[in-house]
Amino acid sequence: MASKAERPISPHLGIYRRGVHMMASITHRATGFILATAGMLTLLWWLSSIGGGEESYQTFLTYVVDAGEEATGFQTASNWFFRLLALGVIFSFFQHLFSGIRHLVMDMGAGFELNANRTSAWLVFIAAFTATGLVALYVIYEYLDLGA
Amino acid sequence: MGSGTNIGKVRGLGSAGHGSEHWINQRISALGNLLLTLWLAASLFWLPDYTHKTVAEWLAQPSVAVPMILLLVSVFWHVRLGLQVFIEDYVHNEGNKLALLVLLNFYVIGGAAFGIFTVAKHAFAGTPV
Repeated sequence: MASKAERPISPHLGIYRRGVHMMASITHRATGFILATAGMLTLLWWLSSIGGGEESYQTFLTYVVDAGEEATGFQTASNWFFRLLALGVIFSFFQHLFSGIRHLVMDMGAGFELNANRTSAWLVFIAAFTATGLVALYVIYEYLDLGA
Repeated sequence: MGSGTNIGKVRGLGSAGHGSEHWINQRISALGNLLLTLWLAASLFWLPDYTHKTVAEWLAQPSVAVPMILLLVSVFWHVRLGLQVFIEDYVHNEGNKLALLVLLNFYVIGGAAFGIFTVAKHAFAGTPV
C-alpha cells in the first residue's frame, strides 16, 4: 500500500488554467461560508434580540444599524463594521443564490457546453453584483441619508 | 483507494456509502433555502417599519414563526452538508479534519436549537415588557 501522504489529493487546485467557471465554483464555496457564519450569526442575534424585548432589540440596533447622535467611538466603528459585513453578506446571498440555481440546472445535465458554461458563470457574477448594487443604493437612499 | 475489502473499510479507505443521500439532501435543503430566504426578504421588505413593536408582532404570528423555524432548519442543515464538503476537501490532516467536523456539528445543531427555541418562546410566551 502506497503511503497516504504521497497520493495526489482532490481537488487539484494548482493544475487547471483559471477561468470564470472556476471562479464561480470557488466563490460559491466562499460565499457559502460567509452566509453560514456571519449571515446566520447575525440572524440569530437579531431573532433573539426581538424575543428579548424592547431594550435588547435597541442594543442590536445600536451596534448593528445606527447608534444615533450620541454614539460612542466603539459604536460608530461597530456600525460601519456591520454595514461592510452586510454588504458582504448581501453579495454572498445573491452570488450563492444565482450560483446555486446554476448548479441545480447543471445537476439536470444541462449547461455543460464550454460556451454555455462560461456564459452562465459570467451571468451569475453580473447578476450578483447588479442585485447587490441595487440593494445598497436602495438602503443608502432610503435609510442612510448619505445622498442628501 | 481501498479495494473494498473489509480491512480496507476498517482503515477508512474507500467510500462510506452515503454519497447519494448527502447529494440529494444538499439539493433538497437548497430548494428549501431558496423558497424560505426569498419569503424572508419579501416579508421584511413589506414591513411598514422596523420598530420593536412591529417586528415583535410580526415574528409572533404563526404564519411567520413557522416559516422562520423551517428556514433555520433548512439553512443549518444545508450549512452542515456544505461545510462538511468544504472541510473534507481542504483539510487533509485527519486529526484537524475530525476536530473541525465535530465543531461544525456543534455549531449547526447549537445554532438551530438556539434559533428555534428563541422563535418558539417568543411566539408562545410573548415579549417581556
